[in-house]
Amino acid sequence: MELIDFFTDYTLRTITLGTAILGAICGMLGSFAVLRKQSLLGDAISHAALPGIAISFLITGVKDANYILLGALISGLVGTFWIKGIVKRTRLKSDTALGLILSLFFGFGMLLLTFIQKMPNANQAGLDKYLFGQAATLMEEDVWVMAIVTGVSLIVLLLFWKELKLLLFDADYTKTLGFNTRFLDILITTFIVLAIVLGLQTVGVVLMSAMLLAPAAAARQWTNSLGVMVVLAAIFGAFSGVLGTAISASQNNLSTGPVIVLVAASFVIVSFIFSPGRGLLFREIRFRRSRRELHLKKTLTFMYHIVKTHKNISHPHAIGILNNFQGFTKKTLTKLEKQQFIKIEEDQWAMTAKGYEEAASMYNQIGNDND
Amino acid sequence: MIDNIAIKIDDLTVAYDYKPVLWDIDLVIPEGVLMAIVGPNGAGKSTLIKSILGIIKPIAGSVQIFGKPYQKQVSKVAYVPQKGSVDWDFPTTALDVVIMGTYGSLGWIKRPGQKEKKAALEALEKVGMLEFKTRQISKLSGGQQQRVFLARALVQDASIYLMDEPFQGVDATTEKAIINILKELRQAGKTLIVVHHDLQTVPEYFDWVTFLNVKGIASGPVKDILNDDNLTKTYGINYKVAVNK
Repeated sequence: MELIDFFTDYTLRTITLGTAILGAICGMLGSFAVLRKQSLLGDAISHAALPGIAISFLITGVKDANYILLGALISGLVGTFWIKGIVKRTRLKSDTALGLILSLFFGFGMLLLTFIQKMPNANQAGLDKYLFGQAATLMEEDVWVMAIVTGVSLIVLLLFWKELKLLLFDADYTKTLGFNTRFLDILITTFIVLAIVLGLQTVGVVLMSAMLLAPAAAARQWTNSLGVMVVLAAIFGAFSGVLGTAISASQNNLSTGPVIVLVAASFVIVSFIFSPGRGLLFREIRFRRSRRELHLKKTLTFMYHIVKTHKNISHPHAIGILNNFQGFTKKTLTKLEKQQFIKIEEDQWAMTAKGYEEAASMYNQIGNDND
Repeated sequence: MIDNIAIKIDDLTVAYDYKPVLWDIDLVIPEGVLMAIVGPNGAGKSTLIKSILGIIKPIAGSVQIFGKPYQKQVSKVAYVPQKGSVDWDFPTTALDVVIMGTYGSLGWIKRPGQKEKKAALEALEKVGMLEFKTRQISKLSGGQQQRVFLARALVQDASIYLMDEPFQGVDATTEKAIINILKELRQAGKTLIVVHHDLQTVPEYFDWVTFLNVKGIASGPVKDILNDDNLTKTYGINYKVAVNK
């Protein structure tokens, strides 16, 4: 497939638009799931949607995407609120409840799928596509549904931004200010379930949670503001959708859903390593730099002790007397000279006024614990 | 006789699962006191505060704030939760957290504006944290985080302040700074209820004290009821060892 087809091919355009919108809504709402420490909830919800898909087909007998969506939504919501109910009413921790509901619903869904496959109905073919998703089946009307849901969730987020932010940070406090936290919880959870259900057709039950989490986790690395994080996550999600679709379209037979997820994952990897504030690379660089700095300062304080014994602070001393100090290297001396803290002449060094001042202030900061 | 009652608790019983955490508490807190709630670990101190605030539903009993249930008096009560109850890696700044204190008076949907920002900056200045206003909250020290929480409560401009261990994990300087602010608030006629751990500072910091160990042991002016009898009832026979360690 040529690059030009990407812009002219109608089907491909529809799919690209669909995956982009899907990525955006998932990134946006995924930020809330990640910050609420409910990352695994997404996984449980998407698996919990499977029996809904099957039951919806069993009832209607047709493979209409809208009915299937509705079935998935109901079963996803039931699963979610069962999880919340289990955590609230029993002593089970949330990871146990998540795992329990996830496997229970998924198992039941698989059972129904195999049952359906044995039915003498030509319609049933392709229902198992919901397991790993098939972007190629996206129609223009599916994209419209995605766009509308994304629009509505954007409005809701903007409207209740303040309340949702407070709920994320400090739920108990939100309650004491008189806000109905149960309403807020149901609101945000419902939209998360909606986003997941929307993605089932494209990405599938198994991989859907990655769409929710990866863009949000990547975005968190680049910013310390919730607003920026949500916008960034939406952008990362949309890009993953577009790039994933493009890659899978240019390589025949590559399944779109997994490629989108892999692109999103690469956003995460790049962010984890290269983001300036929290990234591993810059953290390591900062760590090494501050260690070198400390090393330098230690040498300077040692020199300060020697210099202090003389009336003239710039009296030269032999470099040799530094030898019994372990932190000393030729390199540190050159660096100190560069910063004009000392002067070096042949095998002697002398402290400058600037160096003395620096060392004295440092010495006062650290205290006299060397004495 | 007490003239003005800030908080009145009747027959309050709270249980997690089958185990009672608070048992039949009757408590009257007069307006304008700076009160410590003391008791051993698991005595239900935090639970008592959370029950007053309606965070935890009791299985029996009632709490009245100035004669009415909490839900009707939301704007009169400010809360300083335990520092450890939130994730400080949340993407936000110190100023932003303090502005959250204005959300209650703003109500649903309305966004904070210049007025709320100004109030938050004043509160930050009061707790000596103005210079850290734009700092990401995870980069604040424990004591600074505690001050931010205090500032958030100050912004609420309430009549009653409920604080859950505001001195936990803070250094001596911060502790003094916080207690000075609390005393100032009392001077202004506010009622302050503080979960406190250090028995030795009770007489210095507080004028009222409640001893709690699942049941209410005693409550009243520090000079009247801080005695061996009540301490033993609250902490058991070994309390002196605990105090003098």
